[in-house]
Amino acid sequence: MLEAGTQNQAAAPTRVVITVKVNRKAYTRAVEARMLLVEFLREELELTGTHIGCDTTYCGACTVLVDSAAVKSCTMFAVQADGAEVTTVEGLEGTDGALHPIQKAFSECHGLQCGYCTPGLMLSSLALLTKNKNPNEAEIRKALAGNTCRCTGYQNVFRSVEAAAEAMRSAAHGD
Amino acid sequence: MYPKAFQYHRAATLKEASDILLQLGEGAKLLAGGQSLIPLMKLRFANPEHLVDLNFVKGCDYVREQSGALHFGALARHASIAQSSEAARVPILRDCAAGIADVQVRNRGTIGGSLAEADPSGDWATVLMTLPAEVKCVGPKGERTVPVSEFVQDAYTTLLQPGELVTEIIVHGPGKNSSGAYLAFKRSAPVYPTASAAVQLELEGDTCKGIAIALGCVGLTPVRPKEAEAALRGKAITEKAIDEAAAAARVACDPQPDMRGSAEYKRQLVGALLKKAVKAAVRRARGEQVEMSHIYA
Repeated sequence: MLEAGTQNQAAAPTRVVITVKVNRKAYTRAVEARMLLVEFLREELELTGTHIGCDTTYCGACTVLVDSAAVKSCTMFAVQADGAEVTTVEGLEGTDGALHPIQKAFSECHGLQCGYCTPGLMLSSLALLTKNKNPNEAEIRKALAGNTCRCTGYQNVFRSVEAAAEAMRSAAHGD
Repeated sequence: MYPKAFQYHRAATLKEASDILLQLGEGAKLLAGGQSLIPLMKLRFANPEHLVDLNFVKGCDYVREQSGALHFGALARHASIAQSSEAARVPILRDCAAGIADVQVRNRGTIGGSLAEADPSGDWATVLMTLPAEVKCVGPKGERTVPVSEFVQDAYTTLLQPGELVTEIIVHGPGKNSSGAYLAFKRSAPVYPTASAAVQLELEGDTCKGIAIALGCVGLTPVRPKEAEAALRGKAITEKAIDEAAAAARVACDPQPDMRGSAEYKRQLVGALLKKAVKAAVRRARGEQVEMSHIYA
């Protein structure tokens, strides 16, 4: 297991054993310390729904939730997610395979065209709607400001988030 | 993109991190939020042989009020500062914390990391220079507390010595009839600002009793434009006095032309930002609620 920061510091490992819970399932892997979280998800776990866009902390295509907080998984090492709970786009759908209300809303409101940025946008939307059940347009824009979309012009993305918020509120009320 | 391979050290305490840093020397870097360091490593502009991860150190991401002062653990994330009711008491802090980059970066980036990196475009140093703010550090020679203005020495240079690291930022609360505002302009949400202006002032009736101004991204460190402060200190805050302060600020700053804009553009911009920040600070000092955050297209 991890020996970092113990007696023999000069021999600290470049490979580290980590356990990360991804979409409710725990995975234990020995990874290179320099492996980025996004590479861990895509290459080690073959969860290729999380996309690499700019790879420079700009576009947000690689956004996932780490302990419920949206982060750019290209700007975090996998070793830093040791012990954390990660949610990716693969974790959105229900156990019965039903689309998450956010996925349904993006589909119905044409919140995507090519779809490359969509996983990141949906995870940022989930982070927002978990904390704020009824966001106004300014709040939605601010929550998605770290996600770049080159197709839609964003208007239908914002409509999708509003529709998802309404659907999630209705579901919570059992309507 | 992969950074160059490095050895990973997970510190359990800040003291341990300091010991590891001292032992490993120049080749070791601290990893706090990583939102600047990791991109630099991926581009191979930074190639540390060792990374000392602070993110598993318990209890150093706090935001708390203690005998009238605000205390921020070095690992306090911008997002938790933006959401904290304690920090909301000093509005300029919220202006800064809630506007840095985007949600994802604010969830990771830390106040201690931002200060210690001392990027000329970083937001925190500019804001904290207008406040009675101190940086607490720990190193092989023990603990010391220094004013923010002394902590930042040059671009990417602080007075941190080998093995020394930031443990806490302390902001002594501004008094009655005092308030401030921070306004930054950036080309889009995720990027550093093109220019920014921070103002903290104290009113006595309509007169500006005390004022501190700092300008960001327009010098190697935040610029304190003394003439701009003098244009307002002890005077009634009129449109004319604010114009004079902005003109003095444009002269005092020393911007570099780059992809964000020409030097002249940044001079004009920083003056315009200062005017808006002064007006917001005055309204807040009078008790008004004014929403302010980074502006972007």
